[in-house]
Amino acid sequence: MSLGVKSKRVLTRLLQAVPTVFGILVVCFILTRALPGDPAAYFAGDMADEASIEQVRENLGLDQPLPIQFVTYVGDLLQGDLGVAISTGQTVTQELAKRLPASLELTLGALLLALTIAVPLGVLAATRPNSWVDHLCRFLVTAGVSLPTFFTGLALLYVFYYLLGWAPPPMGRLDMMFLPPESITGFYTIDSLIAGDWALFKASLAQMALPLITLALFTLAPIARMTRAAMLQTLASDYVRTARAAGLSRRRVLITYAFRNALLPVITTLGMVFSFVLGANVLVEKVFAWPGIGSFAVEALVVSDYAAVQGFVLSMALLFVALNLLIDVTYTLIDPRVGEDS
Amino acid sequence: MTPPLLDIQRLSVDFATRRGTVRAIDSISLSVAKGETLGIVGESGSGKSVTSYAVMNILDRAGKIAGGKISYGGMSMHKISERDMRDIRGREISMIFQNPRAALNPIRKVGQQIADVLVQHNQATRATGRAKAIEMLLAVKIKDAEKRYEAYPFELSGGMCQRVVIAMALACKPQLLIADEPTTGLDVTTQKAVMDLITELTAKFNMSTILITHDLGLAAAYCDRLLVMEKGHVVEQNTSEALFNSPQKAYTKQLLNATPHRDSYVRDLLTPEQQAQALALPASTEPGAALLSVKSLKKEFGKPGSGHHHVAVRDLSFDIRKGESLGLVGESGCGKSTTSSMIMRLLDTTEGSIEFLGQDIAAIPAKQFARHALRGKLQMVFQDPTDSLNPRWSAERSIVDPLLRLSPDMPAADRQARVLELASLVGLPVELLNRFPHQLSGGQKARVGIARAVAMEPELLILDEPTAALDVSVQAVVLNLLEDLKHRLGMSYLFISHDLNVVRLLCDRIIVMQHGEIVEQGHAHEIMDTPKTDYTRSLLAAIPHPPAADASITGNTELQDGAL
Repeated sequence: MSLGVKSKRVLTRLLQAVPTVFGILVVCFILTRALPGDPAAYFAGDMADEASIEQVRENLGLDQPLPIQFVTYVGDLLQGDLGVAISTGQTVTQELAKRLPASLELTLGALLLALTIAVPLGVLAATRPNSWVDHLCRFLVTAGVSLPTFFTGLALLYVFYYLLGWAPPPMGRLDMMFLPPESITGFYTIDSLIAGDWALFKASLAQMALPLITLALFTLAPIARMTRAAMLQTLASDYVRTARAAGLSRRRVLITYAFRNALLPVITTLGMVFSFVLGANVLVEKVFAWPGIGSFAVEALVVSDYAAVQGFVLSMALLFVALNLLIDVTYTLIDPRVGEDS
Repeated sequence: MTPPLLDIQRLSVDFATRRGTVRAIDSISLSVAKGETLGIVGESGSGKSVTSYAVMNILDRAGKIAGGKISYGGMSMHKISERDMRDIRGREISMIFQNPRAALNPIRKVGQQIADVLVQHNQATRATGRAKAIEMLLAVKIKDAEKRYEAYPFELSGGMCQRVVIAMALACKPQLLIADEPTTGLDVTTQKAVMDLITELTAKFNMSTILITHDLGLAAAYCDRLLVMEKGHVVEQNTSEALFNSPQKAYTKQLLNATPHRDSYVRDLLTPEQQAQALALPASTEPGAALLSVKSLKKEFGKPGSGHHHVAVRDLSFDIRKGESLGLVGESGCGKSTTSSMIMRLLDTTEGSIEFLGQDIAAIPAKQFARHALRGKLQMVFQDPTDSLNPRWSAERSIVDPLLRLSPDMPAADRQARVLELASLVGLPVELLNRFPHQLSGGQKARVGIARAVAMEPELLILDEPTAALDVSVQAVVLNLLEDLKHRLGMSYLFISHDLNVVRLLCDRIIVMQHGEIVEQGHAHEIMDTPKTDYTRSLLAAIPHPPAADASITGNTELQDGAL
């Protein structure tokens, strides 16, 4: 398969994402309108009379019929305007830009931590069935699946902050004592490293530790389970038997022959896991007062702040589409059979 | 006499299963001399593959060597550490397997897989691996070796993949090659090419070979000495000629009998006891009027001019008369399965007509034929008896399925009676009707598939390699069952296979297909005895020829040493 065919496939996949994103826009638009609560009444304040509520409604454009509201919304969107978050008075774009790195740092960090633990754990469990590693794997998987994140988060806080006092208070991304580093990536840990500020790095890592572990524990379960199952399957395959019969070293059999093949279903699972993490993120941010977009969205939803909720859903959808695309591309690079009729 | 290269003494292997320990092989002894070719023959469950895995020490986790000695070149293999064993595998003893495509890593270039073996055993470095692997690809006669180095297994045919596996196995010039069913699932012509290649290369490097197979004919044609195994025991061993021509043990005789050869009749395959119980076959019956008439049948896949365009069947015309059996023979890719799918109305035709019982069924779209009145008169028996049964249905449910779908008005009591009648017709014990496919043997599953196919009393039965997945003794019984049913129920058969010896047993006429066209057709004995085209001749020549009977042979092994 030539490179041209592959890049064409990637392009096709990108175009396929367009209707998905549009569908999400429509559904999200209708759902926010269908929610109970009147934003005009809310923002006009408790003391407002009918006339001033109407005035606010008109200012917000909410007096227009729904289709026209939708066209206006899409039109603004195409110009990169997500509207103004009424609860904070800032544009949604600004809000998201400020909060997205916080959420991403947590989510990607958790995904990375989960991967580095779950994949080796799954591989070890598969190569040594019924050993202590296998039992540990089973325990972590069961725990990760059965404990909800808000519970794990609170339990960790109780033990490590309240009882032991090892963890800093759950008050956001950074202790009051510190100033955030100059923003380059928006990730405090990375930015502080770039700035060469060790104390700042340690402080931001300390703040992140508990929410990160909470999320990772939840994420690790499906990945470890899938890795173990996929490894067991490839280890029992004919080509691994061939490789063993040819006298290849244990390392080569395990990595080149078994693990690389086992990676394929694991990568597919990752896409699904990522969506779980995005969902769980909202709760974890609430528990740890993490200033991410999850907590922002919950607050916006409570007050029916349409622009903010839509902006949140849209950015999540785009993130998800981008990640799935990345997974598809990785898959194409690993598996030569993709896109061929065999 | 020099000591043997491989010497196995009283070897036993146990498997831990849920139902306790099962002894897979029980105290077997065998030896292979330098340069000798030994054939291990047996049906499924005889322990022939387990023996080879024990030699290589690649038994899976549940298997354990329970006793006995394996020595190779004077070394005691059971005392060797895993690290040393790895050096022996691939360099001293190597193996090739059944199902070559699955035996190769699907996401690694085949050339790299050969290079992996070379580098592992210090026959090449990372830098020279590629060149040496290409050398091996040339040695196994793969054209365009430079280009094929880059290929992935899914891009190669089954025969090509087996050549790659052979290249991997022979890359380090081992002393002993173990070939475990190396040609099962391949066409006869590919089988011959692969076996000839193995013979040529092992002779060139003066290697010893163990050929493990269920096909006595194949083993006898290629081996110096044969060893017959049954249920973990060695039944008999002797030189190929002696064993083939004067078998001593009843099991060997039965196995020999059940293997179809050029002159056997379908009843000859059975044991004397089975023959005594079989029906007397009527003398040749004169076929009646045309039942199925195929005219100018054509099937194209993909749009003309596009890269995927492929003509699978071009301008095919033939008749099947009532009570007649027609064989359709050809290599894989010749269009025989496409033809059967079109007749079965599973696939729409591109052009042409299929007249069945006076009606052109090609005009009925494949999607609608399932509800058509003629559907019950046209039935099929599939190649894989396991995969063609619903794993969650009992035998009874599978058999009753066509009755439920095609005659839904039948009273439940009649249906029940019909199932019992069908079971006795195909010789399926009534107590097995409640079992699920995984609780039945291969032969029993084949009977369920046949009972299901004859439930609606079809006029025409399409048999798509119905015995390809069965052991020879089971194949013998199933072929005889099919012959009986044909006479009892007055059916016609369209028998599809690549094995001329099997087709000949059941069929009056044979059509030979190549590239979607008829190459030759005629009476079975004409095709077999006086083939007119080179293609048919090559198909016939590819059938393994066991050593002919020769009065002077007494079973002296030394005469055969190094004969290949």
